[in-house]
Amino acid sequence: MTAETKHLEITLDTQVESVNLAEEMCLRVAEAIGFGEDDCYRIGMSVREGVINAFHYGNRERPEKKIHLALDLTPEKLVIHVRDEGQGFNLQDVPDPLAEENLLSTSGRGIFLMRAFMDEFDVLRGRNGGAEIVMSKRLPGRAQSSHNGEGASRKRGS
Amino acid sequence: MQLKATSRVVGSIAVVDISGRITLGDGSALLRKTVRGLLDEGRSHILLNLGDVDYIDSSGIGELVSGFSTAKNRGGELKLLNLSRRVHDLLQLTKLYTVFDVYSDEATALRSFG
Repeated sequence: MTAETKHLEITLDTQVESVNLAEEMCLRVAEAIGFGEDDCYRIGMSVREGVINAFHYGNRERPEKKIHLALDLTPEKLVIHVRDEGQGFNLQDVPDPLAEENLLSTSGRGIFLMRAFMDEFDVLRGRNGGAEIVMSKRLPGRAQSSHNGEGASRKRGS
Repeated sequence: MQLKATSRVVGSIAVVDISGRITLGDGSALLRKTVRGLLDEGRSHILLNLGDVDYIDSSGIGELVSGFSTAKNRGGELKLLNLSRRVHDLLQLTKLYTVFDVYSDEATALRSFG
């Protein structure tokens, strides 16, 4: 993390209310940064889906486990980390929700939505073995081409 | 905004006027309870009016799909009415726009039920 990076971190209980809390907090940050309404919606939804993923799939809804949410604001982008205390997972093992056989599935769209709504998205192995979702959105007015290859996953080692 | 769902019957069709957010927790649970309740009453033709729903997350999408499949398995149909821009875009993104019958006019939607 550079001196120019602002960091905010919060530890959430594994409960449904944490999903709303995380979304609300990140929405306020995104609005304060100057993201437009549509980008705020996409960021809020992505945070929501990341925390739902940690709550349900990562921590298996076990209340003794925690969800770790962190925001890094760099001069270029807002980077969001959502880390759980579960077993971790590989992105390539996640079924494609757009595949014909999965269209009527009642779950499995969270990862897809985060990928669609954020500029960068990755899943790392968390420090203690769980999954760490890392996703980012370029700040308003920042051109896409100048940031290619600067994956959000570089922000933090796994 | 907390989800609200009010049902009314038009002919053989149950129209559910929904407002608020369909999200993980109470929102999804209320939608599930409402749809299952109608199906249990023997009302298998259901039209969900989502005109005042401006936000659905993956849990809410799952609940819509669940209602669609359950109605179909019971010989009925579940259709959608009045999508907001965001809900419309979300259904397009997830390819579910091709799965659901979606209408923007209630009279046309009501006539579409067999």
